Amino acid sequence: MRNMLAVAGKELRAYFHSPIAYLVMTVYALICGYVFYSSTAFFMARTFQMEAMGGMGAPPMSLNENIIRPILAGVMTVVLLFLIPLITMRLYAEEKRSGTIELLLTSPLTDMEIILGKFLGALALFAVLEVITFVYFAVLFIYGNPNAKPLLAGALGFLLYGAALLALGMWFSTFTKNQIIAGAVGLAAFLLLFLLDWVTAYSSGPVGRVMAFLALTTHFDNFSKGVINLGDLVYYLSVVAFGIFMTARSVEALKGRP
Amino acid sequence: MIEVENLTKRYGPTLAVSDVTFQAQKGEVLGFLGPNGAGKTTTMRVITGYLPPSEGRVRVAGYDVVEEPLEAKRRTGYLPEAPPVYPDMTVTEYLAFVGRIKGISRRELKPRLAEISERCAVTDVLNRQIGKLSKGYRQRVGLAQALIHNPEVLVLDEPTAGLDPKQIIETRQLIKGLAGRHTVILSTHILPEAAKTCQRVVVINAGKIVAVGTPDELTRRLQGFETILLTVEGAAADVKDKLQRVEGVNLVEPRDTSDGRVTYEVHAEKGKDVRAELARAVVESHWKLYELKTSGLSLEDIFLKLTTKDLSEEN
Repeated sequence: MRNMLAVAGKELRAYFHSPIAYLVMTVYALICGYVFYSSTAFFMARTFQMEAMGGMGAPPMSLNENIIRPILAGVMTVVLLFLIPLITMRLYAEEKRSGTIELLLTSPLTDMEIILGKFLGALALFAVLEVITFVYFAVLFIYGNPNAKPLLAGALGFLLYGAALLALGMWFSTFTKNQIIAGAVGLAAFLLLFLLDWVTAYSSGPVGRVMAFLALTTHFDNFSKGVINLGDLVYYLSVVAFGIFMTARSVEALKGRP
Repeated sequence: MIEVENLTKRYGPTLAVSDVTFQAQKGEVLGFLGPNGAGKTTTMRVITGYLPPSEGRVRVAGYDVVEEPLEAKRRTGYLPEAPPVYPDMTVTEYLAFVGRIKGISRRELKPRLAEISERCAVTDVLNRQIGKLSKGYRQRVGLAQALIHNPEVLVLDEPTAGLDPKQIIETRQLIKGLAGRHTVILSTHILPEAAKTCQRVVVINAGKIVAVGTPDELTRRLQGFETILLTVEGAAADVKDKLQRVEGVNLVEPRDTSDGRVTYEVHAEKGKDVRAELARAVVESHWKLYELKTSGLSLEDIFLKLTTKDLSEEN
């Protein structure tokens, strides 16, 4: 436990010693901010329009449906597909390149302590991103009254989604000494997964359903609506477990199993 | 303290280390010599638990590195050829991290850190980023991380590589000071250094051990004769003749002349100590004896002989 936290602390410190954390946070905050601004502006425009026309008998527009959900499920989940490889690419690649992997593997730590420690460090950085996202949403509470419960489900789902991507990204980072390649592999893999989701919009047959199942983003939909579906929960946790398991196998291979 | 038994390590089809067996006794400094690619680093990586053996067993401080890796690693300090440092960390942050993962308790960490920085002479750079340090300092930080948890066993891979002469001497002193309290195995190419710091050496070539012993033992094994050097002042031809007549002497060759004194190289039968007789021969004839000493093979010669000659028939 101690060792795991020591490694997690080291990773977090390393992120903030390099420009990467700041780059990712800045880009993320900018995108989030812009999307938030345009959705809110649009929302306001439409609301005033509707009121000017006497309401048309329709209920007031929901903040959740028109701002929070599209941003979270529609935009930010996709943005993460691009940003997470930037976070995970250094996890193992840098250790391999600088030789520090020898230090870790010859110290009295289990492989799993190292893996979980690194995962936690990356997850901590991701948590910062999530907080940035939800700070924007919190602003809505000052000026309006969105429904808080879907937000909580959304926060959980977002965390799980991020965790799944991080676990996979960490696995990719064990492939090479070169961070750039690790990042590129992550990017390509996530892009493919995103494509799967995009394609499901067009195919409804059994193939479409399988692809929808595999696509990481589709399982977030329920969370964004405020629904915590056990199936989705298990899905994300399984992906995290898969990523961690594959990382462990990769590390073993690194040592040249007899 | 370190027991390597029939160690074999393969990287796929390549055989890096083949049936290697040797031990390092408690408190000794064991040298590990061999040309590049001989298998030194691979062997060290197995001892430290970084790589698993393909065949054979390795025990450190009594713990098998495969069966009980955590126990073995707790008692091992390792300095690979390139110090495994994180360039973005300061020396303090780094040593604190290493201390924690090596199992030092939170209470003990600060005093241990202070002690080890003092010992390895890195107190001046504690707050500097390691990436900005010179090679000498980086090496010392590497040594500090190997020692911080006070391990029983130290594995040092080329600990003085790339250091300047002053730093080499300092490191050598440090290593010599470790003997007794720690068991050290160090690999090096700098043969005179191995002779100076190590009590015994293991010579490895192409994955196999070719010799184990003290430098003296190896000399005796490899040379078919004893060599003695004498510096005498007297008529050269007469001296040569007289020395040749001493029992057990096979060859007398004048090697050097300066100031009327000639240095002769005398080869005697293996196992025969003819120094006393030679001295008597010189003094009896009223010549002046200036120097008399045995001359072993330099470790360089030993190294070259062992790694270029096929020793299978000699063994």
